[in-house]
Amino acid sequence: MTGASGAPQVSTVADLFAVAYEIEADAVDRYELLADQMETHNNPELVTVFRDLARAEAIHRDEICRLAGDIDVVARAQVMATWRRGESPEQAALGEAHYLMTPWHALQLALVAEQRALAFFTSIVETARDPEIRKMAEELVEEEAEHVNLVHRLLRKHPRPPESWSVDDDPPNPQE
Amino acid sequence: MSTVDMRLACKPADYKSDIKPIWCPGCGDYHVLMSFTRAFAELGLPSENIVVVSGIGCSSRIPAYTNCYGFHGVHGRSLALAAGLRVTRPELTVVVASGDGDGYSIGGNHFLHACRRNIDMTYVVMDNHIYGMTKGQPSPTTEPEFDTALSPGGTGLRSFHPLVIALASGANFIARCFSGEPNETAAVLVEAIRHPGFSFVEILSPCVTFRPDEKEWKNFVHPAPVAATNDPAKAARRIMTDDGFNIGILYRGDRKPYQPAIGQAGTDLSELEKDFEL
Repeated sequence: MTGASGAPQVSTVADLFAVAYEIEADAVDRYELLADQMETHNNPELVTVFRDLARAEAIHRDEICRLAGDIDVVARAQVMATWRRGESPEQAALGEAHYLMTPWHALQLALVAEQRALAFFTSIVETARDPEIRKMAEELVEEEAEHVNLVHRLLRKHPRPPESWSVDDDPPNPQE
Repeated sequence: MSTVDMRLACKPADYKSDIKPIWCPGCGDYHVLMSFTRAFAELGLPSENIVVVSGIGCSSRIPAYTNCYGFHGVHGRSLALAAGLRVTRPELTVVVASGDGDGYSIGGNHFLHACRRNIDMTYVVMDNHIYGMTKGQPSPTTEPEFDTALSPGGTGLRSFHPLVIALASGANFIARCFSGEPNETAAVLVEAIRHPGFSFVEILSPCVTFRPDEKEWKNFVHPAPVAATNDPAKAARRIMTDDGFNIGILYRGDRKPYQPAIGQAGTDLSELEKDFEL
């Protein structure tokens, strides 16, 4: 079941847990895929960055399972937590990947993804009629805000690379 | 099994193989693979009843990345093989994957006649307007002004218009998708596979290595302004006058699919031998 925006319709607290679980699970899958791409294209620094991001999202995913208690979030997510339009909010943009990308680029992708997740849960807080849903969504907003802050802190350690970051003197597929 | 039960039983990950794709990071084909697996899961099809057939090119690597039956065949000949497979094994779901070079140039003639025959299968062309695997030569859908070391001053050739050609040749379902919208694309693939006859789905899938300008496609695409029609004349007018970025199902025909009667294959070798007697 999806709402007008194509996002899943959250009608109960169980739905909210299922959606939150799916958002984190999708983020894990996406970072793992990006790490695999970097492994194939021999960018070991980025393999580490994306694997770390995947691990961080997996911790959040498992934490949501724990908070959900007896609710089978995995099964529920499979039935109702699907995005009919666009992608799950915390999935890093696959089309922005590049084989020479740097940690700064990876963190930029993560920042946008975290901000999208924050905006999604904020919209639930603003529209939920059920006080229980609103309360839980407020907690998720706080969590996502922490993640946004964390990415900002990490970006301090990884400044923007020079404009020449994508120049490859020995490109894998040169035009002749 | 109800729709909900089927969705519980089938997950997109169930249709992925253990082989990791080697496409360039940023390539649109990653999203197309996701759309395939999401569509198969949505349809609840057993993977052993699906066959993904391809030719040659970046896009044609896709059968290896699914755990369905697959055939990574000869350049441009995927439709011929798929047609033979589908008429002899009509119980299978046959999906053919191709690119604009493989599908419209080397396999161009097969494309016309596959549309004409209207065999019940789905043809997906990942169109990036370039030969990516062979280092960036212009393809049939490359714009005439595409100016590179391999096409100095541009090709000066009019671009091939696959959707109009498919319509004129008799395809029974025509859609255009954008790889960057994998859920929307999966929904169209579900419809294409369900629709009887030859379904043609063109997916605009950027080549970030040789066509970095195509990263802008995400800003150009937009939903088709009207619902699909079953009137070929209307569909032709709409497709001919759009900007090439209308996304969605554009034509749903009602032609009966071609399915010849299948004779029982003989198991007696002496009978077979008689067929070869001069």
